[in-house]
Amino acid sequence: MLNFFTPALVLLLQEGGRIAQMKQSALNPDLSKFLVIGALLFIIGVAGVLTRRNIIVIFMSIELILNAANLNFIAFSRYLQETGSANALAGQIFTVFVIVVAAAEAAIGLGIVIALYRNKETIWVDEIDLLKW
Amino acid sequence: MQKYIWLVPLLPLIGAAINGLLGRKFRFSETLIGGIAVGSVALAFLISVAAVYSYGFGGHAEWPKPYVTSQDGFSFDWIPGGAVRINQGAHEGTAAEASRFALLNVEWSYQLDPLSSIFMLIVTGVGLCIFVFATGYMHGEAGYYRFFAYMGLFMFAMLVLVMGSNFLMMFVGWEGVGLCSYLLIGYYFDRQEAANASRKAFITNRIGDFGFALAIFGIIAAFGSAQYTEVFNQAKGYPIELLGHWGILSWIALGLFVGACGKSAQLPLHVWLPDAMAGPTPVSALIHAATMVTAGLYMVTRTNVIFQHSQTMLLVVALVGAATAIFAATIGITQNDIKRVLAYSTVSQLGFMFMACGVGAFVIGIFHVMTHAFFKALMFLGAGSVIHGMHHEQDMRRMGGLKKYMPYTYWTFMAGWLAICGVIPFSGFWSKDEILWNAASTTHIPLGWIVWLVGTIAATCTAFYMTRLMAMTFWGKERFLEQPAGGEADEAHAAAYTKGMAPHDATRAAAGDRPRHEPGEHVGPVHEDVAHHVATHGHGEHHGAHMPHESPPSMWVPLVALAVLATIGGLIGIGPAFRTVTGSEHPGGRLNISTWLKPIIWNPSTREFNSAEGTGHEAAPAEAAHAETAAATSETGGEAAHGTAAAYGDTGYNLAHTIEGATHSELATEWLFIIISLVVAGIGMLLGGLFYVWRPALAGVWAQRLRPLYNASYNKYWVDEFYGWAVTRRTMDAARAVFRFDSGIVDGIVNGLAWLSRQVSLVVGAIDKYIVDGLVNTVAAFIMRLMSPLFRAAQTGFTQNYALVMVLGLMIAVAIFFARDIFGR
Repeated sequence: MLNFFTPALVLLLQEGGRIAQMKQSALNPDLSKFLVIGALLFIIGVAGVLTRRNIIVIFMSIELILNAANLNFIAFSRYLQETGSANALAGQIFTVFVIVVAAAEAAIGLGIVIALYRNKETIWVDEIDLLKW
Repeated sequence: MQKYIWLVPLLPLIGAAINGLLGRKFRFSETLIGGIAVGSVALAFLISVAAVYSYGFGGHAEWPKPYVTSQDGFSFDWIPGGAVRINQGAHEGTAAEASRFALLNVEWSYQLDPLSSIFMLIVTGVGLCIFVFATGYMHGEAGYYRFFAYMGLFMFAMLVLVMGSNFLMMFVGWEGVGLCSYLLIGYYFDRQEAANASRKAFITNRIGDFGFALAIFGIIAAFGSAQYTEVFNQAKGYPIELLGHWGILSWIALGLFVGACGKSAQLPLHVWLPDAMAGPTPVSALIHAATMVTAGLYMVTRTNVIFQHSQTMLLVVALVGAATAIFAATIGITQNDIKRVLAYSTVSQLGFMFMACGVGAFVIGIFHVMTHAFFKALMFLGAGSVIHGMHHEQDMRRMGGLKKYMPYTYWTFMAGWLAICGVIPFSGFWSKDEILWNAASTTHIPLGWIVWLVGTIAATCTAFYMTRLMAMTFWGKERFLEQPAGGEADEAHAAAYTKGMAPHDATRAAAGDRPRHEPGEHVGPVHEDVAHHVATHGHGEHHGAHMPHESPPSMWVPLVALAVLATIGGLIGIGPAFRTVTGSEHPGGRLNISTWLKPIIWNPSTREFNSAEGTGHEAAPAEAAHAETAAATSETGGEAAHGTAAAYGDTGYNLAHTIEGATHSELATEWLFIIISLVVAGIGMLLGGLFYVWRPALAGVWAQRLRPLYNASYNKYWVDEFYGWAVTRRTMDAARAVFRFDSGIVDGIVNGLAWLSRQVSLVVGAIDKYIVDGLVNTVAAFIMRLMSPLFRAAQTGFTQNYALVMVLGLMIAVAIFFARDIFGR
């Protein structure tokens, strides 16, 4: 029985160690996790842009792409702070810029959407095919 | 004072520049313009007088050596050096020196010597009188400033001509006076006649200038210098080229004489001078009587050493002069335009001067230049005064009886008339008599007696036509009362001519000299008396306002000054025949023109320029002794004649020598010739009086009897017509032929080439259009057909398609970028 449980216990203990390890790493994640999450956000954004027909949703997807980038900036900034680099705050500054630009872009983009809707009475991008000859 | 003679030409130039450049812009008043012009000339005259005095008579007199301003540094290198090769020259015998080199360095410097001093005084002195006259005559002219600018420029050019120290300066002055003559003849440039006359003068002068330029080239080629002193110093050593021999000096003399013929209106080239009367009368007086036309005489006398080296050219000069004298004098008899008569008279008198030069009496030629300047300027100005008083009437047939109306003009004109007729003791007598005497007794050339005979006949004619002029103008009936005189008749004719409605009529008075104010217009105080006359006498008719009137003082004062000169001016050249009276062959020391000019005359017997020994300031007894020896040793006109005869060989029949052989006395012979010349002058005057004063009907009768001669003279021997036919018409023919060649052949070639290239271009264009373009279009169309569906399909118009392509591109880019990391090595 013990023979049966011991390895299980060991395994459990080992697992407990790994869980602690995982708990540890979840509380104090390293760079790769942020990059993976950023990449996922980016892919979700791109997929949204390419597949959705509602232009508002496309906008939202673009915001996702931007935020994926922001996440990368922040992650690298933190990583650089840990390594003790002198220029570690640059990523955070860029992030602020990107947020500002995104806000401006959203304002202009929504304006365009409203203008577009007034003219075409649609916000489906597949119906907005003015570039086709 | 000699140092400052460069101011003499400069002052009139400055005056001309001020008047010409500023006069119009700042609207100078007539007083200011006249003041500047007259002031500059007067100052130049004073400087000339002072300079000549200090040169000839002052304490440090340089006379007889020529004084060149470069001695005192008043000069500059005008055309600085260049080596010239002298092919001909005194050394042409020796092969080693057959071609020499010289440095031609032409400087701008003025030369004061006996000859240029006389001309300076004539130009500035007579010029001053004429300037003063012109201020009155040109009153009311719109172009007043322009007139005086041209006149000042003329003075400058003329003074450069006579004062320059080398041939190139003479040429500059020569061209300058030609230009000013052109400008002033064409002063009324809005009238066709004046414009034509100015062009005629200019073109005729060009022919002469061409000869002169060739002669200058010849001089530079032969002597390697243009400086008078240098050239004459070399030339005096050359052998004399007798009749039948023709050498370098004869060529040079020929060129010079062609130039002189053009400028001084000698026979083949005389046609411009009578037409030049279209200019204002002061111009005629200054340029076409007193100064410019004597430039030829100045040049011939200046180069007398060259002319005396060529017996052939001396003979040519004498014969041309004699022919011109008789030719122009006979024309003068029948002309009716007062200025035209004087113009032909001028041509004739210039002929006399050349006659004098041709027979070797250069001094007498210059003497006649001087006296002629006095009396002819006087008569021209008198004619101007008459024209002014008659309200621009020039036709003598409408004058007459002006004695009463214009006393000053009449009495001064009288002096000029007596002078030109050759009445003793008026100035013309002394010079004309000397010319005839020298012609008769010359040993320079053969045929002297023919020259004398022609000259004597011409002198008779001169006396005749001058008496006719006096009679028609000042004496007899007042014909202007019967026939309305004054500007408008001819004005209408001139206007018609200008508009091409009437041909130019040579028999009418030249529409010439007519200031531009209307016949009745009140232009100033001159006409006050006329207005008064009209008011008091109540003449309603138009011609009542045209009674002749005396000219203002600004016009008659110069007349008086010139009349005095015309009367006594000849006394500086009292001939040798009067030695028993005056006690000397050339009385007056240096004041005698023969003595004064002697040093510049080359002596063929001694091969040197005449020295001044026996003259100058020496006492009278020495003069007398000199004269005695001269009389004792000579046959004719002094000791030089012996040598001259030796130098020129036997010249055939000599009238004076023959008579002398009969009378055995030189004095008696000279007096015989004086009496002959006085008698012929008297005959001429008496005939004139008979025809035009006592029996006016006779003139018409004789004109009828001598119809062919009269017509020939009246039509000026058809020389103008002949030139028109032989030269002008032929030139036009040549021009037309050249035009035909140009329009036919040259233009044909050009047009043919143009046609040819046009055809070629059509072919090339077709090739381009159908072959090259076709090829390009075919390829383009092919590509279009092939590719367009493909590319069109890519353009879906869906935003997301484009976004997809962007993402795919991004992925490919990332893949390429990271290919090594992803796929490993």
